[in-house]
Amino acid sequence: MAGPEVARPFVEAAASTHPSLIDQTHYMDARFGVTNIPQVMWIDETGTIVRPPEPASPLPVGEAAVQMAELVGRSEERERYVAMVRDWVANGAASRYALSPDEVVSRSRERSPATSEAAAHFELAQHLWRDQGFSERALFHFNAAHELQPDNITYKRQAYSALAISRSGGEDPDGWTRFRQVPGEGEDWPFVSDFNRDMVRFQPELAARLKLPGAEET
Amino acid sequence: MIVDHLDVAPQEFEAATGWQIKPEGACKAEVCVPLGGGGFDLLTTAERLGMAVVPEPDRDLWAVGPESIGGRALATADASDFSLPSLDGTPFRIGSLRGQKVLVVAWAPY
Repeated sequence: MAGPEVARPFVEAAASTHPSLIDQTHYMDARFGVTNIPQVMWIDETGTIVRPPEPASPLPVGEAAVQMAELVGRSEERERYVAMVRDWVANGAASRYALSPDEVVSRSRERSPATSEAAAHFELAQHLWRDQGFSERALFHFNAAHELQPDNITYKRQAYSALAISRSGGEDPDGWTRFRQVPGEGEDWPFVSDFNRDMVRFQPELAARLKLPGAEET
Repeated sequence: MIVDHLDVAPQEFEAATGWQIKPEGACKAEVCVPLGGGGFDLLTTAERLGMAVVPEPDRDLWAVGPESIGGRALATADASDFSLPSLDGTPFRIGSLRGQKVLVVAWAPY
């Protein structure tokens, strides 16, 4: 599965009343700096951003989500964020969580020339992969993007998933293949990093709590 | 944005990047970056806006990265006009929600 078909079962099961939009090209990253999920952005009634994209986990719904939330922790953060949204809904521009345009710009994600270059490599990698499968040139551009912007997790998840799907013949036979984020035992892993190593590097406390290989014991 | 030629038209550039080419320069909402006069040129404009241009020589393709001018992902807080496809492929314009608060939640099922 690819594109909207991956999201469709979830969108239909949720039967939400809000629009559900598909971003296959990482437009939200290029335009607003969304580099991981879940991230949330607030836009006011005039079309002005009042909080730039920031990490924000929703309150868990359903047994699996509750278990995952317990594992990852931070339930207070989740509740605090929902309270912030409610405060903005009630108070609008007077909410202390609604930021001025200057604050929005300065609090948006850093973007250097290297980040722009990473995005260009990633877009080429995606284009080549969709067009002709997981080629050497696609891998070259994925790895270039990963090296230029190591903390962009979506660039990595997409690449790992693309490789795993490619190696299983273009299919996701068990429904889990597309989640591949670390090499299997003895698997040749052509990327410059993997999920476990990145967690240890960027979120050492969480990596320790999840007892990932290479994490410092706490 | 991916292109197979470098003589991109200003309208094509605007549709892909949100930067509109005007007499005063490349503009997004209230922000305008001077382009030094003359006709529109992709490479010059990309350089002024801090957009990387990465070639794929095997396929005669180039990818143009997003602007890095100002060192931030957002050059402006304006988000009045952008659109993404909904599940059935029809474009949804965020501007159609004007007058309401909008919470944009990025998620993925993987």
